[in-house]
Amino acid sequence: MTKSHIELTINGKKVEALVEPRTLLIHFLREQQNLTGAHIGCDTGHCGACTVDMDDMSVKSCMTFAVQANGASITTIEGVANADGTLSALQEGFRMMHGLQCGFCTPGMILRAHRLLQENPTPTEDEIRHGISGNLCRCTGYVNIVKSIQYAAAKINGTPFQEAAE
Amino acid sequence: MIPGTFDYYRPQTVDDAVGLLSKLGEEASVLAGGHSLIPLMKTRFASPHHLVDLSGIGDLKGISVEGDDIVIGAMTTQFELIASEELERHIPIIAETSRLIADPQIRYKGTFGGNVANGDPGNDMPAVMMCLGASYSVSGPDGNRDIAARDFYQGAYFTALEHGEILTAVRIPIPAPGHGSAYEKLKRKVGDYATAAAAVVITMAGGTCTSASIGLTNVSETPLWASDAAALLVGSSLDKASVDAAVAAAEAITNPASDMRGPAEYRTKMAGIMVRRALERAKSRAKG
Repeated sequence: MTKSHIELTINGKKVEALVEPRTLLIHFLREQQNLTGAHIGCDTGHCGACTVDMDDMSVKSCMTFAVQANGASITTIEGVANADGTLSALQEGFRMMHGLQCGFCTPGMILRAHRLLQENPTPTEDEIRHGISGNLCRCTGYVNIVKSIQYAAAKINGTPFQEAAE
Repeated sequence: MIPGTFDYYRPQTVDDAVGLLSKLGEEASVLAGGHSLIPLMKTRFASPHHLVDLSGIGDLKGISVEGDDIVIGAMTTQFELIASEELERHIPIIAETSRLIADPQIRYKGTFGGNVANGDPGNDMPAVMMCLGASYSVSGPDGNRDIAARDFYQGAYFTALEHGEILTAVRIPIPAPGHGSAYEKLKRKVGDYATAAAAVVITMAGGTCTSASIGLTNVSETPLWASDAAALLVGSSLDKASVDAAVAAAEAITNPASDMRGPAEYRTKMAGIMVRRALERAKSRAKG
């Protein structure tokens, strides 16, 4: 089988590579690009731990071939911090609101929440819960994840943060 | 899980894609959003030797009004259906259905054409298309043809689409202004296929139902168009007796499997309840 030449942008950097067509985007990111932030959880497209941002869409990278990302612009968790290295509003939100316990789902949660807030800067609690419905967390019960996203939305919008009801 | 090896193609035109499929033969598969095919490839239930990715074909995307119809390109994603103001204004049941398909990530990639054409009886759009009387435009080595949605589904994963043919667009007659519609889906959790689901489109005039159409999802080998059930509603005020009769007629044509979504009898009953709820909601939305 012929390898395919792909060119894409990952976290703002141009990348060229040769990939087997069957290489999944998650394996390309983790094993060829050493970007191990996106995780392989269920490997079946259900859990969302492998979520990355691709051309302004949240994408499950275990259900996408790297060749399909040819020409795309991808952001992974390694690319979400502010340019000066400080935490982004979402990263800070997850830290301040204890939005993680084991942390396995967190990169996917943050990338999904990133796109959600781009599309809807002032989501209701219900919109947040539906917005992250493709991301599973087995530790938190989601309450603190919702609060983390509300914290980030408030910070980005410069409005006071109001905690979700318990 | 890693799929078997294959060669990858991303043609730029429908003609090129059709030519490739002809040349590559039976071992070639079409790739749209990939969220049905790639899981099958990872588990090796599917091992195509060639993948023809349709994502480079700009002509396959988009939503347009053409006369009395709305035409939706096969590669239009669920996300784009939900975002379309045109669709919301003319045929709101489509976005309502899209919102109940899979999860946000999958809706960004999952395509309308993939959902209607791959023949999975769990897919939601086929019953909606049968309900709306849509037709599918298909391109193949022998040219183009149109297939009515109501004639398209022949068995589980078995459709009127011949190997080498590509679904390019779906043409949907715009229902009468003031029509009422609803898609009701019972599912165990976000992202699940339906235990049972029903699509309803009705028109009312002076409190009397003047037209009705009902589609059923995932309660048989194929999606179902419940024409006998719908006929029982026309001319009625959607009173309890008429609705009871239509629900019974809809239940009568189901033939669900007993599986992890429940025993067959339960799923048949749930199909009836989805019809009842969809009728109530469609009636509340209909003007006239």
